[in-house]
Amino acid sequence: MTTSQAPAHGRFGDFGGRYVPEALIPALEQLEEVWRKAVVDPEFVGELERLQRTYTGRPSIITEVPRFAEHCGGARVILKREDLNHTGSHKINNVLGQALLTKRMGKRRVIAETGAGQHGVATATAAALLGLECVVYMGRKDTERQALNVARMRLLGATVVPVDNGSKTLKDAVNEAFRDWVANVSTTHYVLGTVTGPHPFPEMVRDFHRVIGVEARQQVLDLVGRLPDAVLACVGGGSNAIGIFHRFIDDPSVRLIGFEAGGEGVATGKHAARFSAGIPGVLHGAFTYVMQDEDGQTVESHSVSAGLDYPSVGPEHAHLLDSGRAEYRPVSDDEAMEAFSLLSRTEGILPAIESAHALAGAMKVGRELGPDAVLLVNLSGRGDKDVHTAAEWFGLIADDGTPRLPDDAGAKGKGEQQ
Amino acid sequence: MSVATIIEKCRADDRPALVGYLPVGFPSVEGSIAAMRVLVESGVDIVEIGVPYSDPVMDGPVIQDAAVRALAAGVHLTDIFTAAREVSAAGAGALVMTYWNPVLRYGVERFAADLAAAGGAGLITPDLIPDEAGAWIAAADAHDLDKVFLVAPSSTPERLAAVTAQCRGFVYATAVMGVTGARASVGEAADALVSRTREHTDLPVCVGLGVSTGDQAAEVGRFADGVIVGSALVRCLTEADSDEQGLEALGALARELADGVRRART
Repeated sequence: MTTSQAPAHGRFGDFGGRYVPEALIPALEQLEEVWRKAVVDPEFVGELERLQRTYTGRPSIITEVPRFAEHCGGARVILKREDLNHTGSHKINNVLGQALLTKRMGKRRVIAETGAGQHGVATATAAALLGLECVVYMGRKDTERQALNVARMRLLGATVVPVDNGSKTLKDAVNEAFRDWVANVSTTHYVLGTVTGPHPFPEMVRDFHRVIGVEARQQVLDLVGRLPDAVLACVGGGSNAIGIFHRFIDDPSVRLIGFEAGGEGVATGKHAARFSAGIPGVLHGAFTYVMQDEDGQTVESHSVSAGLDYPSVGPEHAHLLDSGRAEYRPVSDDEAMEAFSLLSRTEGILPAIESAHALAGAMKVGRELGPDAVLLVNLSGRGDKDVHTAAEWFGLIADDGTPRLPDDAGAKGKGEQQ
Repeated sequence: MSVATIIEKCRADDRPALVGYLPVGFPSVEGSIAAMRVLVESGVDIVEIGVPYSDPVMDGPVIQDAAVRALAAGVHLTDIFTAAREVSAAGAGALVMTYWNPVLRYGVERFAADLAAAGGAGLITPDLIPDEAGAWIAAADAHDLDKVFLVAPSSTPERLAAVTAQCRGFVYATAVMGVTGARASVGEAADALVSRTREHTDLPVCVGLGVSTGDQAAEVGRFADGVIVGSALVRCLTEADSDEQGLEALGALARELADGVRRART
């Protein structure tokens, strides 16, 4: 680990690196070379911008949400609407970039891991668009709680492989994707879905998402005439967060606040609050914060949100924490679901449960900063995929999936009590 | 003592060394050590003592399964020191194979000191490349331990030079692109990789991934300095109806492999 002032290649301070089998090193070197050339090639840049404009629907708008903001201490709350992107989340930003790189590398097959299914759907979409074969690895538990997204990926022509190892969630899907990649690296590109993994993924995926913050900074300036006091985002692997944070890093007046899945509470051990309970270690190719036991075995994470249910986090976030530039807090399942319900009822916007963690964060931070504050929240995805989970949570459907109507005994779920 | 010495002795007998992998803690810590003793008694020269890990990205289903069961049965990292002591006492080389995070968590320098004190020869590190291994290289050198890094069919000449320059003991050549597990054929890519590796180093080059039979051991042993067998041995234990039956099957396979390496060059 370097401790010098100039970080080593592929490091953010001490964090990052390339902890993978030697067999993958040539592919990572090729990827870095092709990527660095592409981003200064007007043809690549032009094609990506064209797809962002005509396919994704960029720039995504911002929406001020005054009725929701009444629950945030009266602070002004502005949402960056990544939920309005094609495929329903920020994930498409990264995937289009990597799919174009796949073609540049002469590879015909892409693989991906997915938790909530958003990255898998985005990858399947880009593969369909560009004529690539696509295989998506997804933990068995996640295929069950996100069955609709599994169907979406298959409708888009992708093969979805349920992973039965370990905790049957995102981390195990990543393991399986790495195993596939080692065996098929000459024909296959691994479209890693977040800002972790071996170098150059954390930096490359960040750069493909950086457009979020670039757009939002100008949009907020245009709307309120000044920078926001804080930028808020949920943090699983951390791609939507780094995407909106990065343009603000050199704006010292802007607080950067990430919200991790606190699950049933950090004290219960059933959470994904890596920065509260993890320590630095290596997982999935990067040196970063990892939830682990005394023997260095990964500890299983828990969250109502499949997309945040991951025991590690992108290395640049680890560096932003250690350097003091960003802060990270846990948000419990209960708090996130309350925010989910609140945004739906006050603004008519169903957020992804992942993004609801950032909204719950806004409720807390708004109350701390008061009515003069301006908060920019990354609404990283929409909640369509979460209707089933939310309906179960709020007691709107019975165990067998049939609707519970207000006459039914037990129909008064948590949502009805508010 | 470096395992290179053991490989040298085998070479003097005009045969490759036989390296056998088993994870510590399956079916139990004691059971795994008994199994390692069976390997040594059956003609295995170097035992690769595996550290069960929650996220083994280089391993196929057989070793994953054994790791999951070993962890569920309560194995701890420190059990490898016991295993190293026993293997070393039984007269074989004791190399530990581990993913990096357990060592990082234990403390790299402390791990090296404790491994050396237990008679361990060194480490095989499947997810640690020399570029990231500064702390381990320093600790291994301080404690006179082997550093076995991996090369792969995809390795460029530049990588082969860089990786082999940091190895001690031997160079681990992965025969195929992929994870651990038995394969019908392992020959050609491995042969080419061994030749390409030898252009950069005088260290022994041992071949692993995919070897499961005596005939395959003989085939690989024609061009490699050592033949590494993992999943096929582990399967003897994971598929057995009882511990006794597992040890019996293990001994039989190890003897077949030992016979294979002894007829590799005849």
